[in-house]
Amino acid sequence: MAERNAMEMAEYKWPEPERRRLIGKRISRVDGPEKVTGRAKYTYDVNRPGMLAGKVLRCPHAHARIVRLDTSAAEKMPGVKAVLPLKKVGDEILWAGDEVVAVAAVDEPTAEDAIRAIVVEYEKLPHFVLDTDPKAAGERVRPTAEQVEGDPDAAFREAEVVVEGLYGASLITHCCLEAHGAVVEWEGENNVLVHVSTQAVSGIAGQMAGPLGVPAGNIRVKQDHIGGGFGSKFGPDSWGIAAAQLSKMAGGRPVKIMLERDAELMVAGARPSYYGRVRVGAKRDGTVIAWESETWGTGGIPPTSPLPLPYVLRIPNQRKRHVAIVTNSGPARAWRAPLHPQACLLTMAALDDLAAALRMDPLDLLLKNIELAGERADVYREELQIAAELMEWKKRWHPRGDPSPGPVKRGLGVSIHTWPGRGHACRCDLTIHPDGSVEVKLGSQDLGTGTRTAIAIVVADTLGIPLEAVRVRIGDNQYPPAGGSGGSTTIGGVSSAARRAALDALDQLFARIAPLLNASPDQLEAWEGRIRVKEDPSRSIAWEQACARLDGMPLTVRGENPGPGELTTAGAAGVQMADVSVDIETGIVRINKMVAVQDCGLIINMKTAESQCYGAMIMGISYALYEEKIMDPATGRMLNPNMEFYKLAGLADIGELVVHMMTGEKYDRRGVIGLGEPPVISPGAAISNAVANAIGVRVPFLPLTPERVLEALAKKGGSHARV
Amino acid sequence: MRAFEYVSPTTKEQAVALLSSTWGETEILAGGTDLLALLKDDIVRPRRVVNIKEIAELRGISFSMPAGLRIGATVTLQELLDHPDIARHYPALVQAARGVTSPQIRNMGTVGGDLCQRPRCWYFRSGFGLLARDETGRSLVLEGDNRYHAILGNEGPAYFVNPSSLAPALIAYGARLRIFGPRGTREIPVERFFRIPKSEAEREYDLQPNEIVTEILVPPPSAGMVSATYEVRQREALDWPLATASVALVLEGQRVRSARVVLGHVAPIPWPSPEAERALLGKTVSEEVAQAAANAAVQRARSLGKNEYKIQLARVAVRRAIQQAVGGGARR
Ligand SMILES: Cc1cc2nc3c(=O)[nH]c(=O)nc-3n(C[C@H](O)[C@H](O)[C@H](O)COP(=O)(O)OP(=O)(O)OC[C@H]3O[C@@H](n4cnc5c(N)ncnc54)[C@H](O)[C@@H]3O)c2cc1C
Ligand code: SF4
Repeated sequence: MAERNAMEMAEYKWPEPERRRLIGKRISRVDGPEKVTGRAKYTYDVNRPGMLAGKVLRCPHAHARIVRLDTSAAEKMPGVKAVLPLKKVGDEILWAGDEVVAVAAVDEPTAEDAIRAIVVEYEKLPHFVLDTDPKAAGERVRPTAEQVEGDPDAAFREAEVVVEGLYGASLITHCCLEAHGAVVEWEGENNVLVHVSTQAVSGIAGQMAGPLGVPAGNIRVKQDHIGGGFGSKFGPDSWGIAAAQLSKMAGGRPVKIMLERDAELMVAGARPSYYGRVRVGAKRDGTVIAWESETWGTGGIPPTSPLPLPYVLRIPNQRKRHVAIVTNSGPARAWRAPLHPQACLLTMAALDDLAAALRMDPLDLLLKNIELAGERADVYREELQIAAELMEWKKRWHPRGDPSPGPVKRGLGVSIHTWPGRGHACRCDLTIHPDGSVEVKLGSQDLGTGTRTAIAIVVADTLGIPLEAVRVRIGDNQYPPAGGSGGSTTIGGVSSAARRAALDALDQLFARIAPLLNASPDQLEAWEGRIRVKEDPSRSIAWEQACARLDGMPLTVRGENPGPGELTTAGAAGVQMADVSVDIETGIVRINKMVAVQDCGLIINMKTAESQCYGAMIMGISYALYEEKIMDPATGRMLNPNMEFYKLAGLADIGELVVHMMTGEKYDRRGVIGLGEPPVISPGAAISNAVANAIGVRVPFLPLTPERVLEALAKKGGSHARV
Repeated sequence: MRAFEYVSPTTKEQAVALLSSTWGETEILAGGTDLLALLKDDIVRPRRVVNIKEIAELRGISFSMPAGLRIGATVTLQELLDHPDIARHYPALVQAARGVTSPQIRNMGTVGGDLCQRPRCWYFRSGFGLLARDETGRSLVLEGDNRYHAILGNEGPAYFVNPSSLAPALIAYGARLRIFGPRGTREIPVERFFRIPKSEAEREYDLQPNEIVTEILVPPPSAGMVSATYEVRQREALDWPLATASVALVLEGQRVRSARVVLGHVAPIPWPSPEAERALLGKTVSEEVAQAAANAAVQRARSLGKNEYKIQLARVAVRRAIQQAVGGGARR
């Protein structure tokens, strides 16, 4: 029967364009109505019977040793059900906000009272949180070995123009709007139920099994919806484990620990800061031949790794040095396209400065050197062209420094980026029920990107049935395991697994139906709710009637993404342009317009693909202009762990956003490629370049605050530096 | 948040009787947009919270000539914005209120609450006290990050900025506050309401713990008056201004007969600038005159280390407020 043999493997393909009724169209999220009506339940909304409130006592000092810890008063308080020290006397604390004791009590106020009743004495130790100057960091530097390619010294001697610049991006947080957290309960001695806000439903049990001392198979993990992760939600976290332990201590009652906003911003993840001095050498015609960079930055205690420099363009001769600065700023975590936004800024800003020195349009400079992008050079060329049209670049671009009168200067900037986005390991079970309904189950998660919808689209299009006929069940680790949603790997993984499952299921169904239609299985196709003979569509049977032939037994087929191939590959390329206005008297930057042109192979859902780009540009505008995890040299604490001084862009701040997704045979042919991360990489560089173009001087670091813009203008001197 | 007793009196007499004469024991609740944050952050720990929104006489707006404007303390920022007489006669006030760009906060926050809200200094808000000292007594503002702190009136020990955007506008218009306490009603110019605390025991305004701001009285606009508020705010979305200036000028022909220039978010109190006012008096407002007034306004400003840029922003706010008033402000 329909077991596909090796020769037929090539059959796992995407349908030809004319055979796509849903794939690539603009389709609203299947869970949209649930979300906008508030029926969608996030981990935060999970309230279990008899649930206890869990709270965590956090260390107020950035570096300290615990010299006394007394929880007895808290333990005796009425309503307090469990008190769990997470540190002991003698332990060293390395960042403010680190967890010291967890408690569970009948309600939040009682848990907070219990936290206040705990006595902890600390011996304060010297802290260090500054990251902009490695020379000030003393002992706290961790140099990495120098990397050299080609002959940079010779290349710089040969270069006709050399520019040097300072660039960087401050430490920022993930700022998930749904904080990290979990609701955990024990069912009997040996079974644990975990509701957790996570990017890795299938990966959580394995991480909890050890600390809890129960087999991973006994840990049930669930999550319907998540309010943001951005790379910071792959583990159960110490507070998730603590919730489980508190629950056990409290006789199995559910314990909920969701981080407060301040804790979320202090300890639940940060994107490392990176700064660098960059030298670029070029020929007078703009051909770039030499690169040299010295970078530094911090991600807290573990040393930061070197950046992928120079970014996208493989400049033939390079020398790179990196020094990590070890600070008490708190833990770093993968942040949407780890290392790329920073590498992109350092590279694209340096190239933009080179263009300015050459009095060249930076768009032309990129095009001139685009072959250095390697395999994807033609894609960038095409994308740069489209972006330039959408931005009216050639008409509107002016050399650095807007000459128009008045305090408000306008400028344009460009940047390019790349990201692998390879599909992850993923399995799914697809069931066709005798009533014609279809279910797909997989232990995946929808980060808000539209994963549910994408799976439904793939299955419905493959089976030739309406979207509504497919029920996608994800967010449960009892379903076949699917990879974590990181690295933009989800769409490739789930759509490949779902397509294969659906094709295999269809084969099995065809085998049953073929005799009925006097045809062989390979002559059949599923189209618009019917199974029919390809050559003679009048010979057909309705989907429901076909499924009724399953003799009352649901048909279940396992699909698995075997890795890159026909259905999914890797390597997304994108271009972004920014149009900004800068008030040179106040240093305030406003976004007029941004253009994103992005490829991600075959697009499953145009609407959510575009949404990814919109969202990423908004996030990018935020980190380009506003976001900073402000670390206090005096106390070593984060000073803005709140939504008023940890600034995010609001609707009025984002200007006009234009998205163009690359489509067509050439892109489809590559199969599905991840998109979650790529479009967040370029905004910082594009906006920084646009600001330089507007005001005539580089503002070295992101975010581009009024303070930094005015400082750059003052250094540049001239009439409009001070009013 | 800690437990507290909640009371909701219907007269100001009852309210005052429910308030303690010692700071810290009780707190007044109006819209709660600030108080709730203070409670949740454990910055205030009252044993009783006294809601004043049920007191009918604290509500309402009235305007007539020649009496002027009366705003009840619990009038919300949105009610203020929606009032046609205020929009017509007091543009600086409307522009200031509009700067609070969150509809939620405008709908809940009250005018009295805006004047009495506590500073946003990040050290104060994380429990280091109004004067932001660590356990050894050193100023965290001076040692730490002061990018949002005061550039004027910052001789110490207080370095926070007054957060009210309405206060500078009200002061520019010569408004007065009516305050009710155990000894009855008293009236005081808004300008004199604010003060720079010298010790942790003092508040940043002239109020006893058992006194309530009941209404705000704004004189009628004088003939020839133009006014405006300009604020420098990084984000369009809800964000605190980095500097504001409210100005009210009375013009005689083209000449400035009297001037009020008041800066906000730059000093521990709303900061009237007699220097800027002097630079305007008797002059015809031109770009140069506005610039001279702006320079005069920040003549005594000084950086605490990380907030030098705010001097420039304050200067721009003053100049643009003056230009806006003369160019576009309502003129009678
Ligand atoms: C993110 C954010 C941005 C903001 N931006 C601005 C801005 O740009 N400009 C600006 O001006 N404001 C701004 N606000 C502040 C907002 O305007 C105030 O929170 C609001 O006006 C306070 O009014 P309320 O009625 O809610 O006060 P409440 O929170 O009820 O009270 C605040 C304080 O005043 C006391 N109080 C209140 N009413 C009286 C009274 N009648 N008599 C005596 N004491 C009283 C209370 O005891 C309390 O201490 C912002 C707030 C937030 C959260
Ligand atoms: S995010 Fe919106 S709903 Fe939530 S507290 Fe703020 S204003 Fe209210």
